[in-house]
Amino acid sequence: MRIKVNGESFETTRAGTIFELLHELKIESARVAAVEVNLSIIKRAGFSTFKLKEGDEIEIVNFVGGG
Amino acid sequence: MDDKLVIRGIEFKSRLWVGTGKYKDFEETKRVIEASGTDVVTVAVRRVNIIDRKSENLLDYIDPKIYKILPNTAGCYTVEDALRYARLARESGVSDLIKLEVIGDEKTLFPDTCGLLKATEILAKEGFIVLPYTNDDPIMAKRLADAGAAAVMPLGAPIGSGLGIRNPYNIKIILETVNLPIIVDAGVGTASDASIAMELGCDAVLINTGIAGAKDPVAMAEAMKHAVLAGRLAYKAGRIPKKLYATASSPLEGML
Repeated sequence: MRIKVNGESFETTRAGTIFELLHELKIESARVAAVEVNLSIIKRAGFSTFKLKEGDEIEIVNFVGGG
Repeated sequence: MDDKLVIRGIEFKSRLWVGTGKYKDFEETKRVIEASGTDVVTVAVRRVNIIDRKSENLLDYIDPKIYKILPNTAGCYTVEDALRYARLARESGVSDLIKLEVIGDEKTLFPDTCGLLKATEILAKEGFIVLPYTNDDPIMAKRLADAGAAAVMPLGAPIGSGLGIRNPYNIKIILETVNLPIIVDAGVGTASDASIAMELGCDAVLINTGIAGAKDPVAMAEAMKHAVLAGRLAYKAGRIPKKLYATASSPLEGML
């Protein structure tokens, strides 16, 4: 399944949910500020149930230094 | 001394707020924050780098249990983007605070105040504690207050310019006409600039480049801490009026 993660095209065979995608990307879900799929924020509680589909555009964001 | 700044029930023990951008590394960021004595730091929301992931995270160095995290919407040029970044920031669960920026122009980074007003209204309705970064314009400051801002953050000068408080008279008018905490955001270049803002009666000062860009950021953080404290004390003490001519300090009586 081809999806887009943070603007990059990404082919995944394993990731059916956000939780699985984060796992595949080796990102700890607790260390992510928020996740958005097709411009909608997905609640943390939904990470393991929200099903990703072909063509989804996912944004994984965090806090960085800023003024 | 009980002189705490309170915004929507949140107590801030420091009137110096510190931005976390532009430091050499997280270790330096941490040392600056400690030296500044602040309890509130700004952060930006950005994509996680999925190709070159560093295991380190800013919040590993700035514990949200100790510091109040103030996310910003820096880099947003439209109302839509600012709302998106604000909502993503809140989703993290660290804070309902948002330092709202809707930028109007790349060269000056001056705010697009029309967009800012719209975004303030929307986010305030959504329950955010909105702190809009705005011009030193008393009318816009009033409008932002009416739109539901929790505090107003007028610039002293353009972001990163170090030009200081370019229009102290407008800041003074904002202080007199807007019944909300006023926090000078942007333009502070050195300690005296921070003192001037506080002497005017501002409730706090937010500094990033003024500290991060100094030759010794940790020392400058400490200087800013003292400057903000001194300015606040001087404001509360009540300065003498300015006069054109001298008044002798020593008595004339008893002179030979």
